[in-house]
Amino acid sequence: MTDDDRVFKALADRTRRFLLDLLFVRDGRTLTELESELEMTRFGVMKHLRVLEDAGLVVTRRSGREKLHFLNPVPIRLIHDRWIDKYTERQVSALTDLKTELEEEA
Amino acid sequence: MTTMTGTTGTVQVYRVYIRATPEAIWEAITTPEWTQRYGYGSPVEYELRPGGAYRGLATAEMKAMGGEDVVVDGEVLEADPPRRLVQTWRARWLGEGFTRLTWEIEEGDSGVTTLTVTHDVDGAPSTAAQVAGTVPNAGGGWSYILSDLKTLLETGRPLAG
Repeated sequence: MTDDDRVFKALADRTRRFLLDLLFVRDGRTLTELESELEMTRFGVMKHLRVLEDAGLVVTRRSGREKLHFLNPVPIRLIHDRWIDKYTERQVSALTDLKTELEEEA
Repeated sequence: MTTMTGTTGTVQVYRVYIRATPEAIWEAITTPEWTQRYGYGSPVEYELRPGGAYRGLATAEMKAMGGEDVVVDGEVLEADPPRRLVQTWRARWLGEGFTRLTWEIEEGDSGVTTLTVTHDVDGAPSTAAQVAGTVPNAGGGWSYILSDLKTLLETGRPLAG
């Protein structure tokens, strides 16, 4: 599996995207903090975090006794630069602008 | 790091895997010849010893927009080439204090090196937004810089080039 494969696989799951969103809002959380936001066993959350870590989307750091989880946005940026820029950035941003505008009006 | 706690959210961590030697990555971070070729293209000046000065200079484009000659400044706290560089870091136009920046370079298997950038932006919310790339039309922050650095070192060309 390539690095990109691991990132796409990690992102292809709602729970894992939710975990990334949680870290985006506030970084550097413990497993216990993350677990409290999910209806899932601690073991289940650990498994998802492991997949995110293997894909490089989450980086862990030790702080005293705690293991903190940080969102690492670089792999997503690399996919953006590789897949979005190359093909369609101009068109895509025009369309997302339109979508935002229409949704704001609605 | 002592300020790293689970509740403040003031530390940002960025990691990228680069097919290059630790020495090449160290050079790319600390010499103006390299830093002009990726990211925002700002030439750097590093005195690579504890207490040494660090400056990020304005590009011609930044100067044309009325910027000062030195856009980022700070002090080198630790320099252990090609493994670890700890420094303070202040974006002068933001009007905030010095933050703490740590570069860690770790050689891995089969020629892939891990570069981890840890930016402790405690007490500097504008700096935090700037380096996270969440300020509209103000660049992509560390993610953009590191993505571009990886591309340059692996392909010999930056993203835009």
